[in-house]
Amino acid sequence: MAFNIYDFTSFNQSIDKLLYDNLPPFWALIIEMTLIGVAFLLFYALVGLFLVYAERKVCAFIQNRVGPNRVGPYGIFQTFADFIKLLMKEIIHIRKADQFLFNLAPFIVIIASFMAIAAIPFGLGLHAIDFNIGVFYVMAVSSLGVIGILLAGWSSNNKYSLIGAMRSGAQIVSYELSVGMSLVTIVILAGTMQLSEIVEAQRNGWFIFTGHIPAIIAFLIFIIAGTAETNRGPFDLAEAESELTAGFHTEYSGIKFAFFFLAEYMNMFIVASIAATVFLGGWMPLHLGPLLTDLLGNWSLKFNTGVDFIPPFFWYMGKTLLVIFLMMWFKWTFPRLRIDQLLKLEWKYLLPINLFNIILMALIVLMGWHF
Amino acid sequence: MEEFITNSKGKQEEEYIVNMGPQHPSTHGVLRLKISLKGETVERIEPHCGYIHRGIEKMCERLTYQQIIHLTDRMDYLSAHINNEAVCLLVEDALQIEVPERVKYIRTILDELTRLASHQLWWCAFGMDLGALTTYFYGLRDREHILDIFEETTGARLLQSFNVPGGFMNDIHPNFIKRVKDFIVYFRKKLPEYDELLTGNVIMKERTNDIGILSLEDAISYGVTGPSGRGSGFACDVRKHHPYSAYDKVEFREVLYTKGDSFHRYKARVEEMWESMKIIEQLIDNIPEGDYAVKMKPIIKLPEGEYYQRVEAARGEFGVYVLSTGEKYPYRIKFRSPNFSNLSAINKIAAGFKIADLVAIGGSLDLVIPDIDR
Repeated sequence: MAFNIYDFTSFNQSIDKLLYDNLPPFWALIIEMTLIGVAFLLFYALVGLFLVYAERKVCAFIQNRVGPNRVGPYGIFQTFADFIKLLMKEIIHIRKADQFLFNLAPFIVIIASFMAIAAIPFGLGLHAIDFNIGVFYVMAVSSLGVIGILLAGWSSNNKYSLIGAMRSGAQIVSYELSVGMSLVTIVILAGTMQLSEIVEAQRNGWFIFTGHIPAIIAFLIFIIAGTAETNRGPFDLAEAESELTAGFHTEYSGIKFAFFFLAEYMNMFIVASIAATVFLGGWMPLHLGPLLTDLLGNWSLKFNTGVDFIPPFFWYMGKTLLVIFLMMWFKWTFPRLRIDQLLKLEWKYLLPINLFNIILMALIVLMGWHF
Repeated sequence: MEEFITNSKGKQEEEYIVNMGPQHPSTHGVLRLKISLKGETVERIEPHCGYIHRGIEKMCERLTYQQIIHLTDRMDYLSAHINNEAVCLLVEDALQIEVPERVKYIRTILDELTRLASHQLWWCAFGMDLGALTTYFYGLRDREHILDIFEETTGARLLQSFNVPGGFMNDIHPNFIKRVKDFIVYFRKKLPEYDELLTGNVIMKERTNDIGILSLEDAISYGVTGPSGRGSGFACDVRKHHPYSAYDKVEFREVLYTKGDSFHRYKARVEEMWESMKIIEQLIDNIPEGDYAVKMKPIIKLPEGEYYQRVEAARGEFGVYVLSTGEKYPYRIKFRSPNFSNLSAINKIAAGFKIADLVAIGGSLDLVIPDIDR
C-alpha cells in the first residue's frame, strides 16, 4: 500500500503509545475511552444538527420554499436555536404512564444509534472499533432501537402511541431481513464481514460497479429497507402524522422528544453510512479499475493518483450525504404506504428477490464473473 | 373509553375505541370521529359533530337578507362565493328581479374560480392525508393566484361576501379579465404537474384504488353530492341539471366516474378543475357591458311563502330554504349543506378498512367542518 498523507493510523498509534508509556494501563484505557466518547458525542450532536438543517433545506427546495433563512447566514444556526429551545422546554409528566419505561425509552433509542456509529470507518485509521464481524455488529446494534420505540409506545398509555409502536415493531422485524440479506449479498462478494476489509476490497472499484447486477439490486433493496428501518417516509407509519398524530412519541416533550428526533436522523446517517461503506467504497476514492486501466492506459493512473489527494473523510461524507439526499428526496415526494402494503412489499417482493439475488451473487463469485 | 359489545358469536368483546379528533391532523377541523378498532381495522365509525356549531340558522332569523349573506361565507368557507350566490339567487327569484347579464357572467366566473381554489386546497390536503407533504405547497402555490384575483376585485381573499341581492357590491377591477386569462394559461401548464406528482404514483394508486367504495344506490340514499357523488356515477351536478346564472350558456361536461372508490372521487375532482377552466375560458371574453347591480330597496321583504334555491358548491349541492312571513327577516331558514350529507356516508364506506384508509377516505370526501355544524 502506498504512503498516504491522510493516514491517521500512525497518529493514533503514537497517542496510544504516549498514554501507555506514561500512565498505568487502566488509566490509559480510561482516558482513551473518554477521548473517543467525547469525540463521538460531539460528532453525533453536530451531524444530528446538520442533518436536521439539511432536511429542512432539501424539503424546502422540493416544496418551492426557501427554508430556514433567519438565524445566521442561510439559517445555518436555526437548528442550534431549535435545539436550545427543546432543551429548555418543559417536560410534561404523564401521570398514568409507566414512569420507568417512559423515561428509559428515549435513551434506548439514542444509545442504539450511538453504538452503531462506533463500528463505522470514517477514514483511513479513523475507526473506533474494527470488528471482524463489523457488518453483523452494526445490524444487530441498530435494530436495538426498536425496543425503545416499542417501550415508548407501550409506556405512554396512549392509544395512538400503542398503534404506532405496534406498526413499528411489525415493520422493523420484517425489514431487518431485507437489510441483512442485501448486506449478505455483498459479504459474499467481499468474502469478509470486517468493515475495514470491505472498504479495502473496493480499492479497484466500488462494489456497486464491480458486483454486476446483484450488487445494484442489493443496493436498491438496502436503500428501501434501510429507509423502512429508520421509520422515515414513505415508510413512516410508526409516526404517521396524518393518522396517528405523532405515533409512538405523541406524549414526549422537550428534551425527550429531541432524543427521538435526533435518533431518527442519526439512524438515517448510519444507514447511509453503511450503504456508502458497503456499496460505494466507504472512504475509498473513486479509482478506475484494472479493466479501465487497460483501456485508458496512463490517464487512469493519473486520475487515480489525483483523486487520492481528496481526503478520505470527504469521500466518505460525500457518499453518505448523497445517500441521505436520496432518502430525503423520496421522503418528500411519495405518499405513505399502508401497513398491509408495507408488509406485502417486504414479504412478497423484496425478500424473494433478495434470496434469488444471493444465489445469483454466489454463482457470480463462484464462477469468477465479477470484475 | 372501553365498551363491551356482543359479537356475532354472542361473546362479549372489548372494543378498542380511539377518538380521532376533535383535534387531529387528519380531520381538517374540529370533527370528532369515534372509531372502534380491531387491530388496524376500523370496525365502526361514529361521527360526532357540533364542536364548531354557531347556530347560524337560528341567528339568521334575526338578520336581514343582506346580512345573511355574510354568514353563509362562514359555513363552507372554501366555497364562500357560491354560498353567497345561493341566497342572492333566492332573493332575486322571490322578488322576481332579473339581474343584468353582466352579473350572471361574472358570478359564473367567480363561482368557477372559487371551485378551482377549493379543489386546489383539497388536492393539497388529500396529499397530506396520504403522507405526501409536498403536494400541499404545489397546490397552495397555484391557489395563491386565484386568491390574488379575488383580493383585487372583491377586497377579500377567502370570505368575499361580494354578492348582494341584485348583483355585486362593486364592479370588477379593470385588471380582472387580464389576470383571469393569465391564470388560466398558467394553470393549464401547472395542472399536469398534479398528475405527475400524485395521480400516477404507485403508492397513491395502491392507497386509493378499491378503497371506500360508495355504490350509486348508497350515494343517492345518503344524498352524497358533488364530486364525491359523481365519483359513484350519481349525476347530480346542479349546474347541468338546474342551470342558474350563466351555466346554461356554456359547454361543459359533467364529470362522472362509476366505481365510487377513493381514486374515482379523486379523479372526479381533478377532472372538474379542467372543466372549470373550460367554463371560465368560454365566458371571460364575452362579459357583456352593463350595470353591475340592480337597484334594490334598502329593506328587502320577501313575499309570504316558501322558497328554495340550490347551487352547486365545490363540495356538492348547497341549498337554502326560506320560510317567509313577509317580514324583513326570514321566519325560518335552513341550509342544506353538502358536507353534512357527505359525512353521513363515512361509516358505510370506511368500515372494514384500515385506519390509514379511513384518513384517505375522509380526504377524498373533502369535508369542511364548519359546513357540517353550521
